[in-house]
Amino acid sequence: MAETTPSHGATIELENLTKLYPGNPQPAVDNVSMEIRAGETVIFVGPSGCGKSTTLKMINRLIEPTGGRIRIDGEDVTRIDPVRLRRKVGYAIQSSGLFPHMTVAQNIALVPKMVGWSKGRVRERVEEMLDLVGLDPGEFRDRYPRQLSGGQQQRVGVARALAADPPVLLMDEPFGAVDPITRDHLQDELIRLQRELHKTIVFVTHDFDEAIKLGDRIAVLREHSHIAQFDTPEAILTNPADDFVSGFVGAGAALKRLNLTRVRDVEMRDYPTVTVDTPLQQIFGLLRGSGTNEILLLDKRRRPYKWLRRGDLMRARGSLARAGTLVHDTVTRDATLRDALEAVLTDNAGRVAVTGRRGAYIGVVDMETLMNSVHELLEADRLEAMEAQAGLEEARSQQTHSEQEGHGGETKA
Amino acid sequence: MSTEQPPGGEHEVEGLPLRDEGEAEQEAPPPRQRPPARRLTWQRLTVLPSFLVLLLLVTWLWFRQADLDTISRNALSGGQVSKALWQHVQLTVISTFFVLIIAIPLGILLTRGAMKKATPLAMTIANMGQATPAIGLLALLVIWLGTGTKAALIGIIVYAVLPVLANTIAGLKANDPTLLEAARGIGMSPLGVLTRVELPLAVPLILAGVRTALVLNVGTATLATFGGGGGLGVLITTGITTQRMPVLVLGALLTIALALLVDWLASLAEVMLRPRGLEAGA
Repeated sequence: MAETTPSHGATIELENLTKLYPGNPQPAVDNVSMEIRAGETVIFVGPSGCGKSTTLKMINRLIEPTGGRIRIDGEDVTRIDPVRLRRKVGYAIQSSGLFPHMTVAQNIALVPKMVGWSKGRVRERVEEMLDLVGLDPGEFRDRYPRQLSGGQQQRVGVARALAADPPVLLMDEPFGAVDPITRDHLQDELIRLQRELHKTIVFVTHDFDEAIKLGDRIAVLREHSHIAQFDTPEAILTNPADDFVSGFVGAGAALKRLNLTRVRDVEMRDYPTVTVDTPLQQIFGLLRGSGTNEILLLDKRRRPYKWLRRGDLMRARGSLARAGTLVHDTVTRDATLRDALEAVLTDNAGRVAVTGRRGAYIGVVDMETLMNSVHELLEADRLEAMEAQAGLEEARSQQTHSEQEGHGGETKA
Repeated sequence: MSTEQPPGGEHEVEGLPLRDEGEAEQEAPPPRQRPPARRLTWQRLTVLPSFLVLLLLVTWLWFRQADLDTISRNALSGGQVSKALWQHVQLTVISTFFVLIIAIPLGILLTRGAMKKATPLAMTIANMGQATPAIGLLALLVIWLGTGTKAALIGIIVYAVLPVLANTIAGLKANDPTLLEAARGIGMSPLGVLTRVELPLAVPLILAGVRTALVLNVGTATLATFGGGGGLGVLITTGITTQRMPVLVLGALLTIALALLVDWLASLAEVMLRPRGLEAGA
């Protein structure tokens, strides 16, 4: 990693991008314009057949646009040699697209070799990329794709796409063909990667939940790739632009909103805690003295161990080993509020302990704290959306005003 | 825009070690890696050659004790047998070589862009080549080119182009289009896609076609004698015209042995040249 500074993302501008197929009067992609910022993850989401994949493939010109322009980092790439363009743009597809007759290492080395890296550098890069996607190079380098599980293949696919360190990464439903659990892991992994790499990622999916989880911004597309709404996940959830978008967001927008906030961002309750080393007398004192009728017992490494109620110790005749109920479920600070809610709902007393590094206790969330935080969140979102709308209207009225004044000659979008 | 990262957390179940960020998580157990299977089993290497050795040994022993008359002796003496055998091998090798350099590039060409439309026409012609009785074809060629090796070779080649051509086209067409799109998508040039992805993946089918062509050629080469092209066919025709069984049998047995040997060699090549990653056991 040390010798090459990894390239960060590039901006992508689509300008009136259009695709007409011969013999079909309706354009598959109709006049799409969009600006994607450097280092941003943008998700194209929409029903199947809406042209989202076509739009993506026009960015690396696997499909040649009929009209319009594409600029990457300001450079017009609509006319340059497509092979040269594609070597600068990473491409990952569904079911990995690995070449079955090449080993994992050979697959990853393809693009670096094509752009003329030295052998030693390519070899190093392969190791680095395998490490990056969480596969042990020693174990996986010489395997063939058939010898990998679906999730591992997909990781290698991502490693191959990133091998020559392109500023832009295009992903066409990359996690569409793996099982839900693996998909969840791969999504987490992609978030982690992106936090390290800051590439510009354009990601196509038809799964709105995936879009919410991964996207900095989401473009909801309808037929002919018309952009119904292009905004942050929060904004789309709380303020869908029209019926199409709200239909696509689906029921339970508020529930989905919970996926966007983590436990660390909300208020936690401080519970009275004791450790297994605390003298019994003190525990009795605490139970009698404090307002709650329950305390949390931590183990030697301060991990939540047992919930102790007032009568428990008496019934167990003063033996800590037998008293109380074991802690079944904990959540980490990085867990989403949705995970926390799930844990709270399944807990018979309606509370769950939050843990930090190495599982050490941090606090407790219960129904009440969750409810409060969710209300605050939704309220804040609503305010933000209203402000944005007000700002938009103001800008619009100003524009109309200046146009009416007659000196708005160059206010062309 | 809020720069808040979409969280990737999950709640932990008791007993599982807590996952630090960036740590690889457990996944469905990967298929266990087996040591690469031996491609050539001893059965494959020994059964057929020992059968051939046995066959030739029995033939030789029979000829040792056989009571041959002068006509037979004349037909087999003076190195005529080895000459015929050598000619036969030459005919087979040369014709196969030409079949390969005609049919494989033609097959590649017929799967590229604009040429795809010509595929049915080319296949019809190749089909006609094989449907025509080889001996009739040879007769026509002899009338046209005169007797000699050349006419015989052309006849054999025309006859054997079809399997290689058909299999090359089938092999290239069978490639998964999404894989080819992936190849283009990561920046391979059209030539790169062909040589590094399409052809390697089509190798098993192309080789199967080549094997068929080789065996066909050994067979058709027996007809070369009618065009004055020599080969083991000479022994067979001599045996028939002079009504000498031993000569006929020797010619036929040698042809069979050669065909089996060539088929065996081709099967070895098929196994060895198949890309490792495509093996069923991989």
